[in-house]
Amino acid sequence: MKPKRRASTLANMVLVLLAITLAAGVTLGFVNQWTLEPKAAAQRARKLEALSSVLPEFNNQPVDQVVRLAVGRDSIEYYPAYMDDTFVGAAVTGYSEKGYSGNVRIMVGFEPDGTILNIAVLEQKETPGLGTKMKGESFIRQFRGQNPSGFDLRVEKDGGEVDALAGATISSRAFCEAALMAYEAYVDQQNAQPDK
Amino acid sequence: MAQALKQNFLKGIIKENPVFVMLLGMCPTLGVTSSAFNGLGMGVATLFVLLMSNIVVSLIRSQIPAKVRIPAFIVIIASFVTVVEMVLEAYIPFLYEQLGIFIPLIVVNCLILGRAEAFAAKNTLLDSAVDALGMGVGFVIALTALGATREILGNGSLFDLRFVSEDASTFILFILPPGAFIALAYLAYLFNRFTQKSA
Repeated sequence: MKPKRRASTLANMVLVLLAITLAAGVTLGFVNQWTLEPKAAAQRARKLEALSSVLPEFNNQPVDQVVRLAVGRDSIEYYPAYMDDTFVGAAVTGYSEKGYSGNVRIMVGFEPDGTILNIAVLEQKETPGLGTKMKGESFIRQFRGQNPSGFDLRVEKDGGEVDALAGATISSRAFCEAALMAYEAYVDQQNAQPDK
Repeated sequence: MAQALKQNFLKGIIKENPVFVMLLGMCPTLGVTSSAFNGLGMGVATLFVLLMSNIVVSLIRSQIPAKVRIPAFIVIIASFVTVVEMVLEAYIPFLYEQLGIFIPLIVVNCLILGRAEAFAAKNTLLDSAVDALGMGVGFVIALTALGATREILGNGSLFDLRFVSEDASTFILFILPPGAFIALAYLAYLFNRFTQKSA
């Protein structure tokens, strides 16, 4: 069956392409509007999930009380957590541009005295099977309960106390740099406004 | 009639499998299949775009002047890809993050443009939809198989279920880009060895 096509005259081509792009534009506009809210909700849910995994129990809305701090070429976020108006700790994000492939972004939860409660990896593009193990329990475990004031947040190769991932020293180094950035921001924030 | 439809559907899975036989759409095939789940997700996203674009192209095929058919197809395909991207980000953010740049790149998957140009532009709505389903399912199967192979060998797990301890040493090479080529070559060989009767 030979397809019958509209002739390729200039007017036909312009009209048909106009119609198609117009229809595409309208469709995308609708879908965009329709997914706008779920997208925002999904992002918020992910943030909340990371927050509750690194913070002690809280009943305020850290997402609404976020403080943005400019560090280096990017900015990091400081989320204070309260339980019945008592300061119970804060989650601070940190990043490093020295990842093996792209930025490493983590969220560190601190107790009021600066002790690390837990760390969540927010963004990384490290080598699968090597650097990605920074998300694993056996790597994160060594940071829990440590206070960076008495715990050198550098990999052992650099004279620190962090046991680097096998075959992924660069990724481990980036992770430590991000954690240190978060700690320093936390200390600065505490010195500026204690218990906030 | 039913026989012809069945034939049309099955050709995409076996005789003209887009990945193992026609070797189309190699960019997402090699790029995202580091785990079975990623392969499956990419396959399903591509299946959706392929189905929708084949349907629309077939519906308006008589209205498209021959000289502007490629830009017309690309606009249609790109629109559906953008829809998929927005919906994934809103409802399956986990998968959206895993697939990253490869979702927008579905636009340039030559499998989709190829089916629009070679099939949907010349065939009826029903035939085009069945063709897209067959090709799409063939693509899903191929990507999932490749992802599963690489995940089992490279990470010691399947669909994130580990069957070796976390510290066990695995063939990490298979999750890295070279492993994609190696695994694809062996799978394509095995596939053709058992499905293509005449050499």
